[in-house]
Amino acid sequence: MIRLLRQKLAPYSRQLTFVLALLLVQAVANLYLPTLNADIINNGVLKGDTNYILRVGGIMLGVTVLFAIASIIAVYWGAKIAMSFGRDIRGALFRKVESFSQAEVNHFGTPSLITRTTNDVQQVQMVVLMMVTVIISAPITAIGGIVLALRLDVPLSGVILAAVPVMGIFIGLVVRKAVPLFRAMQVKIDRINQVTRETLSGVRVIRAFDRTGYEERRFDEANVDLTQTTLRVTRMFALMIPTLTAILNLSMVAVMWFGSLRVANHGMQMGDLTAFLQYVMQILFAVVMATIMFVMVPRAAASSERIQQVLETEPTITDPGSPATGVPARGVVEFEDVEFRYPGAEEPVLTGITFTAQPGETTAIVGSTGSGKSTLINLIPRFYDVTAGSVRVDGVDVRQMERQNLWRRLGLVPQKAFLFSGTVASNLRQGNDDATDDELWRLLGIAQGREFVAEMTDQLEAPITQGGANVSGGQRQRLAIARALARRPQVFIFDDSFSALDFRTDALLRSALKRETADATVIIVAQRVGTIMHADRIIVLENGTIAGTGTHEELLATSDTYREIVASQLGEEHAS
Amino acid sequence: MSTPRPSGDPRGPAGPGGPPRRPVRPGGGPPGHALMMPAEKPKDFKGAFGRLIRMLKPEHTRIAAVLAFGVVSVTFAILGPKILGNATNVLLEGIISKRLPPGMTQAQAVALAKTTGQANYAKMLSTMHLHPGHGVDFGVLGRILLTLVVIFLASAAFGWLQQYIMAGVAQRTMYRLRQRLDEKLARLPLKYFDEHARGDILSRMTNDLDNISQSLQQSLTQLISAALTIIGVLIMMLTISLLLAAIALLAVPLSFVLTMIIAKRSQKQFAAQWKEMGDLDGHVEEMFTGHNVVKVFGRQQEAIDRFDEQNQQLYLASFKAQFISGMIQPVMNVVGNLSYVAIVVVGGLGVATGRISLGGVQAFIQYSRQFTMPITQTASIMNVLQSTAASAERVFELLDEPEEEPDVTEPVTLARTQGQITLSGVSFRYVPDTPLIEDLDLQVDAGATVAIVGPTGAGKTTLVNLLLRFYEIDRGSILIDGVDTRQMTRSALRRLFGMVLQDAWLFTGTIRDNIAYGREGAGDEEIRVAARAARVDHFTRALPQGYDTVLDEDATTVSQGERQLLTIARAFLVDPQILILDEATSSVDTRTEVLIQEAMAELMKDRTTFVIAHRLSTIRGADTILVMDHGRIIEQGTHEELLEAHGFYNELYTSQFLEPLAEDANGISQPAS
Repeated sequence: MIRLLRQKLAPYSRQLTFVLALLLVQAVANLYLPTLNADIINNGVLKGDTNYILRVGGIMLGVTVLFAIASIIAVYWGAKIAMSFGRDIRGALFRKVESFSQAEVNHFGTPSLITRTTNDVQQVQMVVLMMVTVIISAPITAIGGIVLALRLDVPLSGVILAAVPVMGIFIGLVVRKAVPLFRAMQVKIDRINQVTRETLSGVRVIRAFDRTGYEERRFDEANVDLTQTTLRVTRMFALMIPTLTAILNLSMVAVMWFGSLRVANHGMQMGDLTAFLQYVMQILFAVVMATIMFVMVPRAAASSERIQQVLETEPTITDPGSPATGVPARGVVEFEDVEFRYPGAEEPVLTGITFTAQPGETTAIVGSTGSGKSTLINLIPRFYDVTAGSVRVDGVDVRQMERQNLWRRLGLVPQKAFLFSGTVASNLRQGNDDATDDELWRLLGIAQGREFVAEMTDQLEAPITQGGANVSGGQRQRLAIARALARRPQVFIFDDSFSALDFRTDALLRSALKRETADATVIIVAQRVGTIMHADRIIVLENGTIAGTGTHEELLATSDTYREIVASQLGEEHAS
Repeated sequence: MSTPRPSGDPRGPAGPGGPPRRPVRPGGGPPGHALMMPAEKPKDFKGAFGRLIRMLKPEHTRIAAVLAFGVVSVTFAILGPKILGNATNVLLEGIISKRLPPGMTQAQAVALAKTTGQANYAKMLSTMHLHPGHGVDFGVLGRILLTLVVIFLASAAFGWLQQYIMAGVAQRTMYRLRQRLDEKLARLPLKYFDEHARGDILSRMTNDLDNISQSLQQSLTQLISAALTIIGVLIMMLTISLLLAAIALLAVPLSFVLTMIIAKRSQKQFAAQWKEMGDLDGHVEEMFTGHNVVKVFGRQQEAIDRFDEQNQQLYLASFKAQFISGMIQPVMNVVGNLSYVAIVVVGGLGVATGRISLGGVQAFIQYSRQFTMPITQTASIMNVLQSTAASAERVFELLDEPEEEPDVTEPVTLARTQGQITLSGVSFRYVPDTPLIEDLDLQVDAGATVAIVGPTGAGKTTLVNLLLRFYEIDRGSILIDGVDTRQMTRSALRRLFGMVLQDAWLFTGTIRDNIAYGREGAGDEEIRVAARAARVDHFTRALPQGYDTVLDEDATTVSQGERQLLTIARAFLVDPQILILDEATSSVDTRTEVLIQEAMAELMKDRTTFVIAHRLSTIRGADTILVMDHGRIIEQGTHEELLEAHGFYNELYTSQFLEPLAEDANGISQPAS
């Protein structure tokens, strides 16, 4: 945490120093008031000098105003520094994640990366705010108070020296016990949320299997557990404030007793005793305040650690130092003896993959779950890099190309047809900023999306919510296809992009697509045989290797795996 | 607290000695900000809050104790400064007495002061209990301070007891409320879940409950203590000096008004901050989720630019919000210090002229410091209570939702079904004005297979909803082995069915537990048999932890296809007479599917089965095919019958094998624009 603070607060060191100075002024002004009060008692009240009282009263007013100005400026700059700090970290995180390849994204997980960029930054930012406004002013006040107390009366300061460690030990004990409890509580809250989420998402299954009672027991277990832990935490904290208050108050009584002895022996003035009481109060109070704010620190420390992890991760895939230039855009995709294994994995996902996809041809890839189809596709846009062999586009190894240059050649329709919030048109224009409305309608026609878009009230300007949640899965896929078409790339990659379409739409789409993509290289991953059986080349993947290559008819004759697949979907008569 | 609060203190533990204050919540944001948050306004504050209070009823004796201890604790805490003031007076009297020659009476001392021209001093002396010649009476002082020790300790003890008991009250109440909500969920009709966003229900059960819990724990006791403190302090101040009390009271409306002005402004800024934060979070979520798409379409720079812009907006909004809300403390301190100065000056003059004792002024200063805090606190608590009431309202709303109709009182039980199902004259609509199923007659023999087909979104799950009584039919009847399903309890009815849904629902737990979900108390061997039948035994045993592998929500260890297989194993274990396969195999692909097909055939053997599937090979083997479109059953018959009918089914069927489609299919419909 300290490292993160040091790094990201460094640009604001001048403002920080300024805030520190202001806090110092604030603390001194605050401590000066009891001193003036003491003077009023000693020199004014006890001597009956009303003029003196009024004059010092005026000074007190001045100090109050100074105090106010200092605190407001301190708050201004404190807020500014803390919020800038948060903004900077967010910016750095976002840029970092944007530079990540799929491997790094997978390593953290998308939800985790989102939380780190939003909540975690918020946590750290709030602690920084507390620090620059509250936490650092505590030691200043405490030290200032001690100095003033020592100046007033050295022996009596012994009470402070006794009270502070007692408080410190008590606070330390509570924090040491409470922090793990808080952590446990968070885990239990997560657990109960998880059970509830599952109860909601599985409501049909739970009822169909008549397992409501079981679910209630599961919930009750989590509920009892959470209640007990929360109870322990709150009871522990119930002890904290009364105890600290008691220590404070008893210190006052002690100061009063020993102070009275000092005053009676003329070791100390009456007014000074009153002032001393207030110093004790302020010192101990500062300690309490700092502690309370400090409870936020462990969680923020965990957050900043999570932030650091992201910031310190270097993307494994970057642009080459001297990229190949002037590569003609034709669309030839070649795999040569490609092997890929996930970092740290024992077994490769893909081995010995060799094939060439030419412009004007459709290459289809079929295989069972986990056979490596999607992985293979992901190697073309360099979401991952091969671990052996090479993937070439237009004759150049993809690792030798600038990624922007590579991506311009590709029209990808991902497995999860992801849409952005905006409108139908804004999503389609992700593919091509300059596409006219007519062009978009034409593309929608090819993608079999014209009908449903036309039925929407706002047509091309119909709103799309985040992730495309307001349109059905099939509609999402068709819009994603239209988006890829808008790019006019040399290579189309359809990663299981027809799965949510019914057979009829699937067939219509493919036939329309065939004309549109006549000159392009088309690579299709599909699960339905109907979708791929007319491809120029079908590659059958099994356990990460090519189990057969050929046309539908050829494979029916040569590949057992393919025959099995066909039989399972179309029935025995089509497989023979 | 018995002495002046340091005026520089930031938002923090407040109020006098015992009363509890806002405990620390790690990560709960800076304390004191409650005042600044835009509170969601409840529709009926009194109603919701009253009901929340009634939830506390089982705890009434404990609450009485909390109240009583609160009174005791606050009283003791308030007495503290007064007694400390007495100690100061004793000390002062001792010092002055010592300066006077022994044997002199108080009257003589006053007269002496008068003659030396110290009129004010004389007045001060006249109010004191002087014993000229004697020093400080440490016996008296000691007794006073001992009383103080006892009082402070008692105040702390009672304050602690109060919070300790309240913790139990709050947590037990929360436990009951959570339990009631969970039980409520089980009794809500499925319609409710279909019509309400899951996130919304979840938020009521988590965020809103959390909000209420915080409030029960802190705000209630705080409010009690703050109110008691205000009253107590006011009384004490009035007994010390009317004049000083008037000065102190002047500060009250001033601080209240200032707090409100600032709070109002900062609330606006906080609202802006939440909005900006929401926008930014949305953008981050979107860009990270669509990471690859953003990249491939070359939109990274655009994403970064937009992020920077929103980030800057968020920065500005939150800076303003923090600055304005941060001003409240300094401003309150200024008001506090102003009244402090006024009290010191006026009080000092009063002591000098003998109108008031030094101990009195000292005590008064402390009281005035204790006075502003509970007032600010009350303003902030009121705001918290508003949002609590809004949360409570949302929770009660859920609790008040109409429940499923209760089961019949004398249900018929079917020990062992044949699986013969008759639908006669069944009509059903989700929305009263939109007819969906009208007068449907369907006879399904025991062991027969019914395939439900149709394009995506054709409403194929409706029939399943009706069979399992997730929804109640409007007219007609559904009979199983001649018994109307409404004559059975829902749970008895559902136990007749086995079901595999499209979204393979697994819960957090081991693979063993997930399969055993189908039947409570199933033995390991039975689970293995079911797994083997569903072709997941091999896969499972290949995992490092085997059947003890824990699946979590976004389990990456198990693919979608394998998840599906596990739910199939679950159905195997139930061994039901009637099966419902909801697009059961559509996401299990190719090779895996081959295995499943065999397993399915085995599972369906001798069982009445309803299949919702895209797979024509399955459909062709069905005894009856129901063709659905736009929510309605439009065709019904066997494969051959339907093909000959040349209707919708025919088109659906042929389209799969026509490639590329004939030119007419290529004809793209005219632009709608």
